[in-house]
Amino acid sequence: MQPTAHTAHTETHDAHHEDQGFMRKYVFSTDHKMIGLQYGVTALFFLFFGFCLMLMMRWKIAHPTLPVPLVGPLLASLFGEVAAKGIMSPDLYNSFGAMHGTIMVFMAIVPLAFAAFGNFVVPLQIGAPDMAFPRVNMASYQAYVIGGLIMFVSFFIPGGAAQAGWTSYSPLATAIPTDGQTFWLIGMIFLITSSLLGAVNFIATIIQLRAPGMTWMRLPFFVWGQLVTAFLLLLAFPPLEAAGVMQLMDKVAHTSFFLPTGLAVGGNLANVSGGGSPLLWQHLFWFLGHPEVYVLILPAMGIVAEIIANNTRKPLWGYKSLVYSALTIGFLSFIVWAHHMYLTGMGTRVATFFQTTTMIISIPSVIILTCFFISLWGGSIRFNTPMLFVMAFLPMFGIGGLTGLPLGFNYSDLHLHDTYYVIAHFHYIVAPGTIFAMFAGIYFWYPKITGRMMSEFWGKVHFWSSLVFMNLIFQPMFAQGMAGMLRRMADGGANYSQAVVGADAKGGLSAQVMGLHTYILWAAVGLAIAQIPFIVNLFWSINHGKKVTSDNPWQSTTLEWQTPTPPPHGNFAQVPDVHRGPYEYSVPGQTADFSPQNQAS
Amino acid sequence: MDIPYTVAPRQDTGLYNAKVGIWLFLASEVMLFGALFSSYILLRVGAAEEMWPQGWLNVPVGTANTLVLITSSITTVMAWASLKMNQFNKFKFYHACTILLAFTFVGIKSYEYHDKFNHYEFTLANGTFADGHMHENHLKQEGAAWTGYAIIQGHVVTEEAELYNLKKHKQPSHSEVRVEGPQIKKMSNYGPWHNTYTAIYFTLTGLHALHVIGGALVIGFLWGPGSKMWKTDPERFTNRIEISGLFWHFVDLVWIFLFPVLYLL
Repeated sequence: MQPTAHTAHTETHDAHHEDQGFMRKYVFSTDHKMIGLQYGVTALFFLFFGFCLMLMMRWKIAHPTLPVPLVGPLLASLFGEVAAKGIMSPDLYNSFGAMHGTIMVFMAIVPLAFAAFGNFVVPLQIGAPDMAFPRVNMASYQAYVIGGLIMFVSFFIPGGAAQAGWTSYSPLATAIPTDGQTFWLIGMIFLITSSLLGAVNFIATIIQLRAPGMTWMRLPFFVWGQLVTAFLLLLAFPPLEAAGVMQLMDKVAHTSFFLPTGLAVGGNLANVSGGGSPLLWQHLFWFLGHPEVYVLILPAMGIVAEIIANNTRKPLWGYKSLVYSALTIGFLSFIVWAHHMYLTGMGTRVATFFQTTTMIISIPSVIILTCFFISLWGGSIRFNTPMLFVMAFLPMFGIGGLTGLPLGFNYSDLHLHDTYYVIAHFHYIVAPGTIFAMFAGIYFWYPKITGRMMSEFWGKVHFWSSLVFMNLIFQPMFAQGMAGMLRRMADGGANYSQAVVGADAKGGLSAQVMGLHTYILWAAVGLAIAQIPFIVNLFWSINHGKKVTSDNPWQSTTLEWQTPTPPPHGNFAQVPDVHRGPYEYSVPGQTADFSPQNQAS
Repeated sequence: MDIPYTVAPRQDTGLYNAKVGIWLFLASEVMLFGALFSSYILLRVGAAEEMWPQGWLNVPVGTANTLVLITSSITTVMAWASLKMNQFNKFKFYHACTILLAFTFVGIKSYEYHDKFNHYEFTLANGTFADGHMHENHLKQEGAAWTGYAIIQGHVVTEEAELYNLKKHKQPSHSEVRVEGPQIKKMSNYGPWHNTYTAIYFTLTGLHALHVIGGALVIGFLWGPGSKMWKTDPERFTNRIEISGLFWHFVDLVWIFLFPVLYLL
């Protein structure tokens, strides 16, 4: 690595970091580790917030006419009429539903999986002093906070937050007369800008700042996952930004991008010029939306890879297959989007094409999962908390992935589309899948961040209870969905189950299917309680956890463990020289069962 | 440890960090405008027969603006080349031209916008359509009804399609037309809300104009206060001019696509 001229820019960046003030150190920091932590804390807050919205919605679904316990009076005083006497109105339910999705996807999981873990770990793993553009990095976090605040504030404006679902389908999104959607769109533009800046920064960092000897095939798989994710964000988000601008024009400048001729709202002809295409919104949305699914899962797979290799004390099986599969997924994810749109009447030929590509993209996903399973084979596995979460990730992601196949097939999707089956399917991928990997990552890298371990005992309590309740929540939804329970019904289908559809057709939902709502509600409450040990553990261990005795408590090979704990500004005292691949565990002839990447042979 | 390759290129990639960054950013910009161009195609294909506007924009004015932007791209390259040849004064001159040309472009564009906002189409009670530029506006709206009158410089047609495809239907000579308020069923100027063509026209060119203004601000900063860096770190400063120049060329290139799509086709 060449020494560089000490310019005005680098001076502001790294000189005098000892005596930085509070604001420079914690709020306007340009250090990738601090920004990673900022992202992490903010994203965990939004994760909790989105979860609370969901709890209230589950109550509404199970008991449509009863006031929400505990928070009912708070809802009534905050939202007034839409939560009169603490009973959620359908409008409020719609707001919560739309915002639950938006918050979880764009403000919790992506910032946590990509921005938080990526920011903290990627520069360390590739042996870089920081991200390529530290100030862009700071701007990216600030744009995220502004976007998040706009979304948060939108709950309290007259009419409340957006109500048209996280997918914001037009014309519904435009026709709802409140301003929630406008806030949503402006908030999204900030969030998109944030991930765009982040994506540019990550790719440039990984291309440019790899330490000497850190060749592409020596990159830890986590870095590959982040690289592909960054490309997805870079190229898939702008079309949604374009769509957002157009929907904003529809909303504010009264254009008709997504409003068809003859559109009727509330029984009256809408006063719009018409000529627009509702399908256009869906195409642009899902052009982002499907790569977004892989944005949610690839960083999780990266974390899983690191932890599996570390705890089986074995090289990862099929490293190159993993890398090429991740790249294939990245490419294919751009040509599967319309499998979300089989029921829109876009035509069977188009549907056939997207059905084919969807089946093809399941192949690299299965390769990745298979590599992980084979990596366990014959290992003497350390069952610590991160590894437990990872071990659960594998079957949970498997369930989520395999239940996706019937949705990818045109014919079976006709029946399952927009039912609880879909909800169960993608939550299996994101909740016990991605979020479990996030938990694993937090337990795993915590000692590097704080110098202390999180409690193993409470970690295991957290793991086993979360695993049980996650399954109790989502497993019944498959059954409900297959029975025909549609999503987005504020009363959980109470009206629908009593529908009279004619003498020769069997309609409605059985009491058994409806009754599952109650079980799901209490399982969700159980899941909430199961998070208490985690939250307490997370904060308590900062000062009271067991101190680590070495910089490398897990005896890992990758570079982030070869730094001081916590890593100082600039990360490495000297530029690390990389001599070997990322997962050289139990190499015959070596004294230790792990050979760090920077260890000369 | 300092961040490497902020100025000098990395050996195996041959690029310095910011250059990687700007190319990635431009890739995302391609997707942004690509989505809008795709929307244009979808809206145009889906438009009712004979109702997609053609020939609504002034081609000579658009051509002039195209020339303005192309010239500014040339001056941008010359500014960068001047720095490479260590001629700071020439750089100052060329980039002054770039900034002036950027303002000229935005000026001409606002004239075109103003022209559209002043252009009205009236659907009249007798089934005809009056269309033209507003001269005197004495109209008042009461509920859905209009009172008063307006005088426009334009003409009256019986088929609305005659107002749309101006390549096919030659425009009759314009004259002063008096539109009576009570006769008006619907009235709208050629703003974004007029139809999907004006919607995509204003969105595309508006977004492009924002890019022009943003680029001009950055180049303006580097031309003015930012140029102090030439004294302390000339290589880095030259790189900055190159990066902002790449962005400027991209903005230029977008217009090269916009012009035929919106003006000529």
